[in-house]
Amino acid sequence: MSKILIRGAKVLGGEPQDVLIDGETIAEVGTGLSAEGAEVVEAGGKVLLPGLVDLHTHLREPGREDSETVLTGTRAAASGGYTAVFAMANTFPVADTAGVVEQVWRLGREHGYCDVQPIGAVTVGLEGRKLAELGAMHESAAGVTVFSDDGKCVDDAVIMRRALEYVKAFDGVVAQHAQEPRLTEGAQMNEGVVSAELGLGGWPAVAEESIIARDVLLADHVGSRVHICHLSTAGSVEIVRWAKSRGIRVTAEVTPHHLLLTDELVRTYNPVYKVNPPLRTERDVTALREALADGTIDIVATDHAPHPHEDKDCEWAAAAMGMVGLETALSVVQETMVDTGLLDWAGVADRMSVKPARIGQATGHGRPVSAGEPANLTLVDTAYRGPVDPAGFASRSRNTPYEGRELPGRVTHTWLRGKATLVDGKLT
Amino acid sequence: MQRHLISAADLTRDDAVLILDTAEEMSRVADRPIKKLPTLRGRTVVNLFFEDSTRTRISFEAAEKRLSADVINFSAKGSSVSKGESLKDTAQTLEAMGVDAVVIRHGASGAPYRLANSGWIDAAVINAGDGTHQHPTQALLDAFTLRRRLVGRDAGLGQDLSGKRITVVGDVLHSRVARSNVDLLHTLGAEVTLVAPPTLVPVGVESWPCAVSYDLDSTLPKCDAVMMLRVQRERMNAAFFPTEREYSRRYGLDGDRMARLPEHAIVMHPGPMVRGMEITAEVADSGRCTAVEQVANGVSIRMAVLYLLLGGNEPAVTHSRTEEK
Repeated sequence: MSKILIRGAKVLGGEPQDVLIDGETIAEVGTGLSAEGAEVVEAGGKVLLPGLVDLHTHLREPGREDSETVLTGTRAAASGGYTAVFAMANTFPVADTAGVVEQVWRLGREHGYCDVQPIGAVTVGLEGRKLAELGAMHESAAGVTVFSDDGKCVDDAVIMRRALEYVKAFDGVVAQHAQEPRLTEGAQMNEGVVSAELGLGGWPAVAEESIIARDVLLADHVGSRVHICHLSTAGSVEIVRWAKSRGIRVTAEVTPHHLLLTDELVRTYNPVYKVNPPLRTERDVTALREALADGTIDIVATDHAPHPHEDKDCEWAAAAMGMVGLETALSVVQETMVDTGLLDWAGVADRMSVKPARIGQATGHGRPVSAGEPANLTLVDTAYRGPVDPAGFASRSRNTPYEGRELPGRVTHTWLRGKATLVDGKLT
Repeated sequence: MQRHLISAADLTRDDAVLILDTAEEMSRVADRPIKKLPTLRGRTVVNLFFEDSTRTRISFEAAEKRLSADVINFSAKGSSVSKGESLKDTAQTLEAMGVDAVVIRHGASGAPYRLANSGWIDAAVINAGDGTHQHPTQALLDAFTLRRRLVGRDAGLGQDLSGKRITVVGDVLHSRVARSNVDLLHTLGAEVTLVAPPTLVPVGVESWPCAVSYDLDSTLPKCDAVMMLRVQRERMNAAFFPTEREYSRRYGLDGDRMARLPEHAIVMHPGPMVRGMEITAEVADSGRCTAVEQVANGVSIRMAVLYLLLGGNEPAVTHSRTEEK
């Protein structure tokens, strides 16, 4: 296998160092390393991070290949600096059997842009009534450890309890989409001052918080761990903080868009801002940033949700919910967390690679940048600043809320087990 | 004036007063033997109705015809919309046929805003009611009715509603009429109080430029007009209030309650009225109730809006257009 020398990279934002990749592994980290026999990548002060890991991606295949496929989604992931993504189960058919999860997992392996770890559905057809064959999905080639009905809440308390208990047998985790269904019937946006004015059905914060409160208590009762998807409100932060202080095994994620955008944007009625959970208020954004900084929220996850143009080029109520995020996540985190002084680059590596890999048990990902570790790496030009241009996305969909917005940072290189998937900003 | 009329909140005081004054001019046309002006001759207006609304559609149609516009009525039922055609394609199809203005009624809040601001079409867009968002011509006709009754037909010209106290009663949560009226009446200097059971007041109402009360009886003696909103029977099933009878007892306007109003105060209703629910027949049929007058005023207001958006700077009534641009 070939050797690659990354010269003068600020590893986790530290002093410039050289990193030598030999085959699939990091051979050496130091200064003045020999370039002999190696292809040299001049990092020129760019920041080197462990390859990012996304615990919450919608790849849409099988079923909605018009919006994304495993190939286009993993290319988007590599573009954004990711080396592993967890693919949500709400495909058609639903990923609720060993067969479907193996198919998705195998497609990821074949394309080779990024490891694809399927998430299994908690209940058959995401219908919330009957447990899917969680054990079979775990034992399949895909080795599923994360289960979620994401897009829908496991709202039945007994089903949720049983799922939490059942996955203990193989150290799995249930990732909850916290949304009390009755409180969110007809919900179109965050319930508050803006929804009152716009006449759009409200999605109240309490619909998320009440489920999180219930689930951390359930997890405590049965001694399981629970993961909270896309936590979006200040109140949810308080509940998770309380649960962690009690020693309850809960982890939580926040999306980049909830760290940056607020429901004020909905005044444009442009469905590019329509997402579930909805954009919240400035107060929530501030609380989410602080919680990510202090560790109450463990990770950033994109909730990358591709939709075809026609599903957004319409009136608000008719539009699909969701935003693409893989190719802008790191820039948004730099803008909201690093450039504001809330997190350093080691903190970013922790929240976007180390912790998500640990929660999802993605072996070989989220490892230290040191000799002997798998060469899953991403190189970021943090000095760059420029407008987001969806035309350049690798994703099949363009439903980004950041079109034209200036954001910092650009991923220039990504390596998956020593193989470059992105070089100078171009996919290989 | 702006190019579109999407929300009552977009109107300045001067815009609104100009519309009301123009509507007074227009209303004189209704008194003529031939109720027609040539102002919009050769212009085409489409009434694009995605939601059933006979009253509003007919009112716009009457206004358009009195201004000599060519009128196309489009109802979503039985059209390509029911076969899955998008709002965008429907609007572009109509515009390709040479439409100058689109009057749109849509069940989705924000649909008229999208139509006006997405680069889909160039025509002027007039919101004839969108979801639970806005119904600006309704607010304008209500303001027109209020000004005539409380200030005077001639004395009111050039005037706003400064200091007038207006109470709006009923299902504020689901009401585009309430939202539009709060915005417009506030802009015109009136003091608005909303009265409803707490379940029918939206979370976030505290940012609106109005007061909120849960008690009708204490509000009535202090108002110059009370506007009753329709309460749809289907709200019953969603636990907004226990029974129709209880709603009626607490928030309905009957003869006894009407007697608490000051002598000069009027009772308004945007229609359609649910007699026996929010208003008794006794009140609805009394001389203080302006429901029918509001309907007549609606035509004048819609004529004024169409004229101001489409007719350019020429005088509305005194001059007849001979040539189109």
